[in-house]
Amino acid sequence: MVNFIARRLIAMVITLLFISIIAFFLIELPPGSALDAELLRLRSRGGNLSLSQVRELEERFGVHDPWQEKYFKWVGGLFRGDFGYSFRYSREVGPLIAGRLGFSLLLAGTSLLFAWLVSIPLGVYSATHRNTIPDYIITTIQFVGVAVPEFLLALVLMVFAARFLGADVGGLFSRQYEAAPWSWGKVWDLMKHLWLPVIVVSAGSTAWLTRVMRANLLDVLNAQYVQTARAKGLKENAVVWKHAVRNALHPLIMTLGGVLPALIGGEVIASIVLNLPTAGPLFIEALRNQDMYLAITFLMFTSVLLVIGNLLADLLLAWVDPRVRLE
Amino acid sequence: MADPVANTGSTATTPDGGVDNLIQVENLEVRFYTQVGVVRALNGVDFNIPRGQVLGVVGESGSGKSITGLSIMQLVPRPGRVEGGRILYKDKPDSKTINILDLGRQSDEMRAIRGDDIGMIFQEPMTSLNPVFKVGAQIQEAILLHQTPNKQEAWDRAVDILDKVGMPNARRVANSYPHELSGGMRQRAMIAMALSCSPNLLIADEPTTALDVTTEAQILSLMRDLQSEIGTSIMFITHNMGVVAQMCDEVAVMYLGRIVERATVDDIFYDPKHPYTISLLRSIPRLGQKRGQRLEVIKGGVPDPYSTVTGCPFHPRCPSFMPGLCDTVLPIEAFIEGKTNHTVRCHLYPGCTPDSDQAVTGVSGTIPTTSKAQ
Amino acid sequence: MASTAGVAQDLRQAAKDKKKDVGQMSQWQLMARRFMQNKLSVLGLLILLGLYVLAAFSGFLAPYQFNELDSNNVFTSPTGISFAGGRPSVCGQSQVLNEELLEYEYVEDCSKRYPIQFFVRGFEYKLLGLFPTNWHLFGVSQAGAPVDEATGKPQEIKLFLFGADNQGRDMLAQILQGARVSLTVGLIGVGIATILGSVLGTASGYFGGFIDNVMQRTIELISSIPQIPLWAALAAALPREMSVVRRYILITVVLSLVAWTGLARQVRGKVMGYRSLDYANATRAAGGSHTRIILTHMLPNAVSHIVVVAALAIPGAILAETALSFLGLGMLRPAVSWGVLLRDAQSVQVVMDYPWLMIPAVLVIITLTCYQFLGDGLRDAVDPYS
Repeated sequence: MVNFIARRLIAMVITLLFISIIAFFLIELPPGSALDAELLRLRSRGGNLSLSQVRELEERFGVHDPWQEKYFKWVGGLFRGDFGYSFRYSREVGPLIAGRLGFSLLLAGTSLLFAWLVSIPLGVYSATHRNTIPDYIITTIQFVGVAVPEFLLALVLMVFAARFLGADVGGLFSRQYEAAPWSWGKVWDLMKHLWLPVIVVSAGSTAWLTRVMRANLLDVLNAQYVQTARAKGLKENAVVWKHAVRNALHPLIMTLGGVLPALIGGEVIASIVLNLPTAGPLFIEALRNQDMYLAITFLMFTSVLLVIGNLLADLLLAWVDPRVRLE
Repeated sequence: MADPVANTGSTATTPDGGVDNLIQVENLEVRFYTQVGVVRALNGVDFNIPRGQVLGVVGESGSGKSITGLSIMQLVPRPGRVEGGRILYKDKPDSKTINILDLGRQSDEMRAIRGDDIGMIFQEPMTSLNPVFKVGAQIQEAILLHQTPNKQEAWDRAVDILDKVGMPNARRVANSYPHELSGGMRQRAMIAMALSCSPNLLIADEPTTALDVTTEAQILSLMRDLQSEIGTSIMFITHNMGVVAQMCDEVAVMYLGRIVERATVDDIFYDPKHPYTISLLRSIPRLGQKRGQRLEVIKGGVPDPYSTVTGCPFHPRCPSFMPGLCDTVLPIEAFIEGKTNHTVRCHLYPGCTPDSDQAVTGVSGTIPTTSKAQ
Repeated sequence: MASTAGVAQDLRQAAKDKKKDVGQMSQWQLMARRFMQNKLSVLGLLILLGLYVLAAFSGFLAPYQFNELDSNNVFTSPTGISFAGGRPSVCGQSQVLNEELLEYEYVEDCSKRYPIQFFVRGFEYKLLGLFPTNWHLFGVSQAGAPVDEATGKPQEIKLFLFGADNQGRDMLAQILQGARVSLTVGLIGVGIATILGSVLGTASGYFGGFIDNVMQRTIELISSIPQIPLWAALAAALPREMSVVRRYILITVVLSLVAWTGLARQVRGKVMGYRSLDYANATRAAGGSHTRIILTHMLPNAVSHIVVVAALAIPGAILAETALSFLGLGMLRPAVSWGVLLRDAQSVQVVMDYPWLMIPAVLVIITLTCYQFLGDGLRDAVDPYS
């Protein structure tokens, strides 16, 4: 097992290395840089930048270096905890993004948990009560749930929450807590704001996972060992939850690696609509302004999450299914 | 075994001299309501399993053998439903008779019978054990459910019973997962599980069909040994006449959801009456048969399950078909003259043709239950 | 008893007929038949066909040009239609001087009604992109329109079925025009992805070894970057100034660059399965070339599965285009797609005040749901085990 994890970790590092090269190249691709925009802004303020000053700035940030060179500089910086510099925000990327990444992680993680906690019971109910009215309702909601874009759901829920629940929507904190240090009050305030984005971000995945769960469980319920379990005299609940569900989870866990990025994508979009202080909106803004170090840091972060998610999925699978452990 | 049931070896009798039937099935009807139509899986099945004996249930695929077994467990899968009849069960020779079908499918009483009083083995050893649990744990589960709440004790018993079914190194097997075992070993594990609570009845649904011949022989002899040792009755479902000859005391031949002939194993092999039984026996290849001699086959195939055949269901394939009678009138079950334990359902034999205005269509009327106390 | 026997007879006949039919049908006919039995999928297919027809005839169906600005009709709500006098007609507007602000304001004035006319002449367009014409399905009769005091020209009476946006553009015209982009971008993107995926997947699965290894690692790498951020990064790499058509093409390429991996994986799996089958071995033993084996034995078998996987990938691609355009990274004005239109509906305030701006979202949901039904139906039709 240790061997297995070690091998996977090495593969992970190599994958990330390749991703960083691709991502870096991609973001470097369009001409111009955020520095140009920054210079333009300075000039428009009436500041008369001399050509030599511009040169110096360009030199300092290595704007005209070939991309490979920039890449190695950047990778070298990573080891010193230096993620680069955001021209747009005139700050180091690291501190700029750190807090926001935390909220992104919190949102994606909570959504994942929510999606699983809702989709498994719903899928099980749907499969064990096949062709009943609740099953039809759940199935229809699934189809629509997969089809509703996150931003639309976000808007609709916001309107609903603002109109009928009188809830404070948008953002993750009320105004009085925004700049306040962490306290129980602040955590509670966060909880009050978090439920809506969590529903928005996890809706699509929940619908999809419910569908997967239902289909798998229907397959498994036809398996002979389920009949064996019944023939032992087990209660139907025990048959379903102990013997069937555990086998039906198998494909669900394999999709974990795929759900995580979907959640991150959803997080990006939902955050823009809901005005959340996560890293998503920053990323889109950075892409639009070619603020490359900021963009690539986010891209790398999501890839790291995805790769870790895949590793976790594999470990979980080995834990659930003894047949996987052999390999 | 902690609580072996006393066994008399031969046919058990009640104190008053009658035959002690562990299970008595009367006029059992099962239908499947599918989208295409209604499948009449069982159309009034009658038989009994004497305590301590092995009853073979023989027939082609689709004849309703497996459904009969599942009905006794109340495990007929949806969309199937038991529509009529009784399944009488007597725990001990002197205990009260209960009708299993009166118990709710999910009731505590029914679940207490499943696994404890009646065990079941299925055809596919490869898929009948849950792949994600250790073999020992799966047996332990049944013991915990019915015998003892003590986990360690249940585990020890599980290892014991694995040892008993001839598993080399039972302790290791108990700690392994199903995919680590061969087909034969898995079937032994299944038998161990089914026998773990010393049931009164073991329903074995083609337990050796998926195994190779050598393994089949081992499993059969194991079952035979355990049967005589523990005294469990066995309902042995198979389509293999050779296996019947090895295993069974009595035989019921099924065709299209009905039992067409019942007799002792000797009578079935040496004095078969029903044309279907005769055909079945002729279709077995025999040692000493001349080379180049063709095996006899039963002409035609089992009819479409959605349709109903009027008259005797076997008439379209029957070599002794009597036009005007077999295709219009359903034969009823009657004893062969001079015998008390050999019944047949064929117009060739006296007593089988009902009075002219009795049931004509596929649904049988009431058939006298052939309890041997007649 | 007689009736039971009759029913049984019917059933038997039906079973017989069915068997006869089924026996004579080709595999494709069987699939089509199974597909037709799935009512939801057929419904989905019909709705989708309807949407594509609407998009194809967008010029004919729209009374106004989709990019026609109208400062008099900023955020005009959907026009009410009344059937007074047996003919559909709309109310006019009258100009009122707001004396406080010293501005003209427009208020609905139902004292005069303007009948809706069908098959009228309007702006020039090319029907199906081929035949220049100026016929439109409907328009409003301008007879008797009051004169605008500010410009001195007669006021134009307009019919906004779906309202107007922040620049007074007709939402109906924009939605129809947007459908042309939104309904095709995903389709073409998945089309390109399917070709890429099939070729690479077949090569990977058939030849195995080194090629397979490289391909698999590449796919793994691409799928190690979350889709939406990757799409966003790719789209952001496109220069911002380019023609609408070029951008459209490049966005489809971007969509397909990410989507092909899933398809390639599926095709590879299938082909690997077929490779070891006896008939492939037999062809190889008979001296058949690789091309022959692939073209005659692998692809025909895999085609139905490829179609299904592709159909199931379409909703994702459509959603991706919508999301990218919504984020301002996909299609950009002056091009119009549903995502571009929804960009105007980003805030709660707008949605609460001008709910008709969300109509494109409803169409997105309908389209995606229908594609899912379609994909599900296709999968069930192809896969006999479900």
